[in-house]
Amino acid sequence: MRDTIRFIRRGGIVEVGNFDPMAMLLDHLRLEEGAKGTKEGCGEGDCGACTVAIGRCRNGEVVYEPVNACIQLLGMVDGTEVVAIEDLAEGDVLHPIQQAMVDRHGSQCGFCTPGFVMSLFALFHASQGPVTRGEINDWIAGNLCRCTGYRPIVDAALEASGAPRADKFHKASADTAGILQFLADDRDLFIGDDDRFFAAPASVDALAALYQKHPTAVIVAGATDVGLWITKQLRDIPKIIHIGRVAGMNRIEDTGREILIGATATFANAEPYMRAIDPDLGELFRRIGSKQVRASGTVGGNVANGSPIGDSPPALIALGATMELRRGDRARAIPLEDFFIDYGKQNRASGEFVTGLLVPRLREDQVFRCYKVTKRFDQDISAVMGAFRFTLDADGLIRETRIAYGGMAGTPKRAKGAEAALNGAAIRDSAAWSKAFAALREDYAPLDDHRASAAYRAEIAHALLGKALLEAAGTSTARTRIVGRREEAADAAE
Amino acid sequence: MPPSETLIPEAELQVVRKSLPHDSAPRHVTGSAAYIDDIREPQGTLHIAPGYAPIASGRITALDLSAVRAAPGVVAVMTAEDIPGANDISPKLVGDDPALAVGEIRFHGQVVFIVIAETRDLARRATRKAKYTTEAAVPVIDVSEASELVLPEYAFVQGDPDAALEAAPVSFSDTFRIGGQEHFYLEGQIAMAVPGEAGEMFVYSSTQHPSEVQHLVAHALHLPSSAVTVEIRRMGGAFGGKESQASQWAVLAALAAWKTGAPCKMRLDRDDDMMMTGKRHDFRVGYRVGHDEAGVLQSVDVTFDARCGHSEDLSMGVVDRTMFHADNSYFYPQTRILTRRYRTNTCSNTAFRGFGGPQGMVFAERMMDQIAYRLGMDPLDVRKANFYAGRGRDLTPYGQQVSDNLLHELVAELEADCDYRARRAEIAAWNAESRILKRGLALTPVKFGISFTLMPLNQAGALVHLYRDGSLHLNHGGTEMGQGLFLKVAQVVAEEFGVDMGKVAITATRTDKVPNTSPTAASSGTDLNAMAALAACGEIKDRLFAFIEQKWRVRRDQVRFRDNRVFFGNQSLSLAELASAAYAERIQLSSAGYYRTPIIAWNRDKAEGRPFLYYAYGASCSEVTIDTMTGEMKVDRVDVLHDVGKSLNPAIDIGQIEGGFVQGMGWLTTEELVWDKQGRLRTHAPSTYKIPTASDIPEHFVVKLFQSEGAREKTIYRSKAVGEPPLMLPISVWCAVANAIASLGPGVVPDLDAPATPEAIMKAVRGARSGGN
Repeated sequence: MRDTIRFIRRGGIVEVGNFDPMAMLLDHLRLEEGAKGTKEGCGEGDCGACTVAIGRCRNGEVVYEPVNACIQLLGMVDGTEVVAIEDLAEGDVLHPIQQAMVDRHGSQCGFCTPGFVMSLFALFHASQGPVTRGEINDWIAGNLCRCTGYRPIVDAALEASGAPRADKFHKASADTAGILQFLADDRDLFIGDDDRFFAAPASVDALAALYQKHPTAVIVAGATDVGLWITKQLRDIPKIIHIGRVAGMNRIEDTGREILIGATATFANAEPYMRAIDPDLGELFRRIGSKQVRASGTVGGNVANGSPIGDSPPALIALGATMELRRGDRARAIPLEDFFIDYGKQNRASGEFVTGLLVPRLREDQVFRCYKVTKRFDQDISAVMGAFRFTLDADGLIRETRIAYGGMAGTPKRAKGAEAALNGAAIRDSAAWSKAFAALREDYAPLDDHRASAAYRAEIAHALLGKALLEAAGTSTARTRIVGRREEAADAAE
Repeated sequence: MPPSETLIPEAELQVVRKSLPHDSAPRHVTGSAAYIDDIREPQGTLHIAPGYAPIASGRITALDLSAVRAAPGVVAVMTAEDIPGANDISPKLVGDDPALAVGEIRFHGQVVFIVIAETRDLARRATRKAKYTTEAAVPVIDVSEASELVLPEYAFVQGDPDAALEAAPVSFSDTFRIGGQEHFYLEGQIAMAVPGEAGEMFVYSSTQHPSEVQHLVAHALHLPSSAVTVEIRRMGGAFGGKESQASQWAVLAALAAWKTGAPCKMRLDRDDDMMMTGKRHDFRVGYRVGHDEAGVLQSVDVTFDARCGHSEDLSMGVVDRTMFHADNSYFYPQTRILTRRYRTNTCSNTAFRGFGGPQGMVFAERMMDQIAYRLGMDPLDVRKANFYAGRGRDLTPYGQQVSDNLLHELVAELEADCDYRARRAEIAAWNAESRILKRGLALTPVKFGISFTLMPLNQAGALVHLYRDGSLHLNHGGTEMGQGLFLKVAQVVAEEFGVDMGKVAITATRTDKVPNTSPTAASSGTDLNAMAALAACGEIKDRLFAFIEQKWRVRRDQVRFRDNRVFFGNQSLSLAELASAAYAERIQLSSAGYYRTPIIAWNRDKAEGRPFLYYAYGASCSEVTIDTMTGEMKVDRVDVLHDVGKSLNPAIDIGQIEGGFVQGMGWLTTEELVWDKQGRLRTHAPSTYKIPTASDIPEHFVVKLFQSEGAREKTIYRSKAVGEPPLMLPISVWCAVANAIASLGPGVVPDLDAPATPEAIMKAVRGARSGGN
């Protein structure tokens, strides 16, 4: 058992103990260290002003990922390297990203700038040479700038990405990797006492025992949601169990027929596997949150907290995913759709936790489509998200339909009526389509809120089913979508 | 001698007109540029959090703060009765905007009390322990429910619009909505107050208007203004949101500091900031239009109903500017432009880049589109046919003559440059083949009047010191919010003394250095403050000229300040040597400078005069694709040509144009404010309020500066203001969306509101398909 966290700052090991379980990394940097370069813009992980880079050792290499320090629990950085904006320049010599930002007029008010620099620093380390505008846009989708209009920032990133990868972090990477490996011990972490603690067990058995002992504790994987309970709802969360250190729980395995996603696998890690199932699924995962959110947020967490607007559950339900849970020594598996009982209510017993998801790959006779409709394309939550899987026989008859929507009910939910209307019909049978559209109106009773009106949601649900049928039937050669075009995805894959 | 005549000849310019990077850029990128929250706190600094009632309208009948007071870390709690002076943060001190509400609640988020605690987190948590007993009333949220006005109706009338409408060959009427906008400055509202001796108060405030903060703090503490000093080095964005609405937090910080005797800092949480502070005014617009068969206007009768929120704030000037720009670039022969400013139970709407002008222009452009679609013409042709032109077609609805018109040549240049006509044809052919996706194209102009329409604000002061080592200290009343004002003014000073930029120390704005300043607003920062700095430089140089003439017998026109030296006759001195020599002869090397805008005059009661020194012009062409099944929209291409006169710093100006464009594009597309029936803002964080992100910008986003001889009037180095005008360029994006919808069939006149969210686009698509127009 360990009662301090240890991480790398500026080449040295920092050891911190005796901190409140709800302490955030941003507050640690600004208030404890006095490193005021990292800014708080929104306190909810949506503006990116607080972006720092977190270094981890993967396959012997140091990998830097951007995270939002405002909702990153301090305890979660155990065993990592924390890189903040003050750390990049070498004396008076700016880092290539910083120099390009100056040369290209990439800052105006400057408040968002440290966050942009850190996101681009992570891109600088994730790439070997010049990068595309599209990649840059994706890496800074979680960084809001209200002054520049982004053009000069993207230009700066394009310019800096041509620079040799030889900053001080590259030069130190062997040493850093060594320290990180040394820090990655298999001791359980427990800071505090039985009434108030931050714990990070190292094994699934330790996790099961700890959670059974403290069933009121909050399990935290990426903290991209729980972080807001603290910073926005000002809830008191005295007992936090972080599962990010549980050995093996972040595994992703491709068996050929299905993909197993461990509960702590992040969106970032799962994305290529999902893209391999279907380009739409890959694009959906790319559009969840931002790089910062996907580097911390987990697929398991997105499912486990039962949000009606989580974007991954409808797609995974349409694919027929299974969820694996464990309580004490007992494990069970259920169809994912059965996990969502009602708004805010899930099929999860006290002390029980999600260990993973099993996602079937598509068979040759299956067509999958999913669409996400938002006000803004990147880093927005769906007004409506629709996912569709049609299993077709050789004659073009639909043998099985699975349709699930998000944003249409208090939980992610299947469109049983519309599915029934299509099952057994020919994929090009317009009469069956009409029946399905009519049934869809009965399947859901959506609500008005700030993202969309109920009427618009119903209209979009209809439109997305229409799109899926049009594309699956293959009768239309017209372009059917503005973004996420499948032919582009196919081109990119080649 | 008027300062502009002391300017260095164009051919000799060394610093001005250069694309120098922002003076703080190296500090921005390393995190060492300090914003107020980054200033090292004095020992014992306490932190403030605001508490607000759970209702939008009604009364607090009882307020139990005992649990708040007892919460961990709480040092003090303050309510309105603890204020020693005036409980009023209204900019004109009209008394309709209390710092802390008393009894009556006028909007959800109105601050009722503050908690002062050892940490910000403890202060915030304590606020949640308040127990309210309230009598809630039904809140008035929308203008359609409102009846009370914050100010009387006001109109511009030219000729007889009713008769002209009757007489017009073609006429129509319509109504639509224009949404508001949250500023979303990345640095939220913040202030830190440090008590001094004898009741003095030093306030760091993230404000565009330090003098107003100074005066309001003095009123609240019942102190003379001379006892209060306000300082701001830089803001992390403002956009008008820190013109009048930074005051409240500074006043509360000062009250807390007065009460506790300790330094006190108040930084709003983002959600609180968005709920508590005002936004761009949203409008309902109703209008009747008469025109001829060629689409040329004969009569325009328009009524703007503005949601002002619970108090007056700056709604007089803001909505006046809606009127000043309701014509945008078009001649209205007979017109009535009427405005009604409604009081609602929402946050008090305020200044926002463009200051009401953008809403007026959106109306004008929608009207142009409708005339074109009704007549089956290209909208650009209708626009051109209505541009201000020569005598007889050059008078605005407020009586100012448009004498510096660049519309015709600027728009013609952009039209050719962006290949408008060929693309128009190509898009029409593409749309004919594409059933689900439709593309649209639009080219729209901007004409924006420069000067504060509140005349006293058109003045500025500066302070320049020349030290004996040749270094210069620069201070002026303008504030830096990212727009590069400090850099531009410093470029002018460096030019005047012929020194490198590194010799000019740029210093924080402080009310004790330059008093009675105007807000940095109305795009006027450089126009006013650089002129004042120039005047200060001129004073010092005049003394040095006289000194040189007396000592070396060289006339002033033979003296040149350049390359960090002073050349006269056959000799030269370094600036340090000259300054030291002058010092020895007891020559004053410091001067205040002052400037007031010439020529302008405006009588609001009579609605006559010349409110603007000049106009800034621009135009943009945007192309979009919409999905007619979902309403999703993507901007595919943008070309901009914009007039900044002769630029002081082209890189800074292009940055303003691009940034303004994207901010305006957000306003007209993805940014939507939603209040529920209880009057609670539902979009109070970036998770729900969506400003543009990088992927919303088209790859082809080309901004060019219009090349000209510069402003006709004697502006600073013939440059023109650039802060606000570009905000209105992206009306072309909104019009391009309408154009895509119009492609759904001949005769379709899109009924599109702003912002053009997917839902708004679908509504217009549905209307077009059902033949509703």
